Amino acid sequence: MNGMNSVNGQRSTVNGTDRALEILQGVMDPEVPVLSVVELGVVRGIVVTGDAVTVTITPTYTGCPAMQVIEEDIRAALAAGGFREVTITTVYAPAWTTDWMSSAAREKLRAYGIAPPHVVGHAPPVPLGPTVRRVECPYCGSSNTTTASEFGATACKSLHVCHACRQPFEHFKAF
Amino acid sequence: MSGEQEALVEYLLRLGDDRLVLGHRNSEWCGHGPVLEEDIALANISLDLLGQATLFLRLAGRLEGQGRDEDALAYWRDENRFTNLQILELPRGDFGFTILRQFLFDAWSFHHLEALARSGHSELAGLAAKAHKETRYHLRHSSEWVVRLGDGTEESHRRIQTSLDELWPWTGEFFWQNEVDAGLRAAGVAPDPETLRAPWESMVGELLGRATLAIPSGPMRMTGGRMGRHTEHLGHMLAEMQIVARSHPGAKW
Repeated sequence: MNGMNSVNGQRSTVNGTDRALEILQGVMDPEVPVLSVVELGVVRGIVVTGDAVTVTITPTYTGCPAMQVIEEDIRAALAAGGFREVTITTVYAPAWTTDWMSSAAREKLRAYGIAPPHVVGHAPPVPLGPTVRRVECPYCGSSNTTTASEFGATACKSLHVCHACRQPFEHFKAF
Repeated sequence: MSGEQEALVEYLLRLGDDRLVLGHRNSEWCGHGPVLEEDIALANISLDLLGQATLFLRLAGRLEGQGRDEDALAYWRDENRFTNLQILELPRGDFGFTILRQFLFDAWSFHHLEALARSGHSELAGLAAKAHKETRYHLRHSSEWVVRLGDGTEESHRRIQTSLDELWPWTGEFFWQNEVDAGLRAAGVAPDPETLRAPWESMVGELLGRATLAIPSGPMRMTGGRMGRHTEHLGHMLAEMQIVARSHPGAKW
């Protein structure tokens, strides 16, 4: 699992963990339904003891309204998968980053029509004042695009326009 | 509660109240933005600020140990218990006023949260590091607009210069401090507010210069927000923000 923390200090049933992971790979982000909560990097750890499971999650943005839905979806999916006791704990450090997204997950975003995030790496200095950012169009691959809005329909996306194929598109912000 | 714990609760309330009050003020733009994109942008920034306020207030309530959660702290405290900076409670004004205030706050918050991310209190450090990432993004956005409006048309320049003249005297409060700050600094939990002044002035000065705006030279305003002393505006804002929760205690939706 890409970027997931190892969880120490608790006995974990390996087969049970695999089963829980498999179930969570089927829980989709409610706003971007091509990515699972695992691919999104929200799931940070799974510990299974018998039929009890503890899932550690981290929020994308602090105010993201989808987090509550994600929590409920995780709970429901694991319960339906046979776990009798589901505990969800939330951690804030290390802070969520789109760098945890695998290249396969990025490709899924592109195929869905959302330009995937580039790799941020170590936080670069903030460019102040007007800047030009050219995000590659997910439809035709052109870089002849402009930013329509730094903020989009959800906290994690910005809005852009492609001048080559004349298509507006969303970009999953590199964060 | 030990003295240091009490100081930390107070400090977390400040962090939470600043973001709750500014988030609420910015949310007033929802449905009133000058263009759709900015309507969405201000709503998004508000959401981040309210999310950050939730985390800081929740931790404050937990450490206080009197059973108050973030909602109790947001909805059931009166005006004189709020510890936000006064600049953040001023009415939203026009778009230029709102975005300039956002920039002045973002530039301060950027350096403040960066310092707090190195706090000896690991939980506070984690929350600050997370909030800092969002602040970086806000700063980029607000700074863009300040240059665009300042170095824009004659009217946009005149209006945002007027906003700067109004807002500037309130910025002194960013660096206000008392024994809470001194104690937490000694404990390695929070920075000396004075150390944020030079980087803030340098960032703001450079950007305002690019925006062709003149920094006013008049005296700074009275302070007191951290002690619960506020302008006439906060009470009105809280009345609106708190009415539903207070009319229907414990309601769920």
